[in-house]
Amino acid sequence: MDLSTQETGDVLIVTVNENRIDAAVAIKFKDRMRDLTTEGPARVILDISAVEFIDSSGLGAIVASMKQLGDKRALELAGLSPTVEKVFRLTRMDTVFSLHKTAEEAVAAHAG
Amino acid sequence: MRADWLALQEGVTSMDQSPLTFEMDAPDVLLTFPSGEFAVRNALAAVLSGLQFLNLDAEERGTIELVLAEVLNNVVEHAYGAQTPGWIEVACAHRPDGLHFVIRDEGQELPEGALPVGNLPEFGDAIDALPEGGFGWFLIQDLAKDVVYRRNGGRNILTLRICVCKSPTQN
Repeated sequence: MDLSTQETGDVLIVTVNENRIDAAVAIKFKDRMRDLTTEGPARVILDISAVEFIDSSGLGAIVASMKQLGDKRALELAGLSPTVEKVFRLTRMDTVFSLHKTAEEAVAAHAG
Repeated sequence: MRADWLALQEGVTSMDQSPLTFEMDAPDVLLTFPSGEFAVRNALAAVLSGLQFLNLDAEERGTIELVLAEVLNNVVEHAYGAQTPGWIEVACAHRPDGLHFVIRDEGQELPEGALPVGNLPEFGDAIDALPEGGFGWFLIQDLAKDVVYRRNGGRNILTLRICVCKSPTQN
C-alpha cells in the first residue's frame, strides 16, 4: 500500500498514492496508517485525491485509522472524488470526518 | 463475453456445466472467476468494460462498481472464506428498466438462508465506538432494486437491478 507523508507545521498529511482502497488492500492500509501515525501532530489529513474507488472495507479501514489516533487527535479527509464522497454520504460517515476539497485547503482551514 | 482467464486457472474444480444463461436470457456480460479479493478487482473492471456500449456516466459506473464490489466481497469473505477456493459467476443484462445482475457461487448459504436486513449501523458521537463494518448490505439495498436471494442446488443465487435511467438506451 503506497502511502507517503509530509509534515507541515502542526499537520501531518498522508497521501494515498493508489487509486483504490478496497477489500484487497484494506488491512494493509490500516496497518500502514498505524505505522505512519503512531506519533506526530494531533491533526492528520488523509489526501485521497488519487483514489477513484472505495468500498465498505476501505471505508471501515479509514474509520479504523481514525480510531487508532485516539481521542486527542483527528483524521480529516481531503480530495474526495464524487464517487468516493458518495460512499461517505450514504453511510453518514461524512458527519464523522471533516472533509476538504484539497489538502492545501485543509491546511489553510486550520490556520484560519 | 466469458473472461479468457477462466481457462488460465488451474487447481480449482469448475462449476458444473449448467449455464448461467439458464438464470438470465441473453446476458450482455457473462464471466466466471475464482474467489479472491484481487480477482474481484479484475471482475469489476471486466463488467464495466463489458458495459461500455451503454456510455454510462461516472455516477452510474460508480454505483455499479460499488454494489457489485459489496456483493462479490461478501462471497469471497463469507460464502467461501479466505481459504476456500471456488468459482463465482456474474451475468448482467441491459433491459429497459435497468441493468439486471445475477451473481452465483457455490459457497456457504447466507446466515439463516435469507438476505440481511441491510440497515445502516448505529453510531453515536464516540469515535472509539464507530462501526468499521456492516455497511455492505446497507449499500447494496440502498443502491440496488429488487435484491433477491435464493439457495438452489448447493448454490447461492443473488439477483438485483440497478437503474441506469439517465443513459440513453441503445438497444
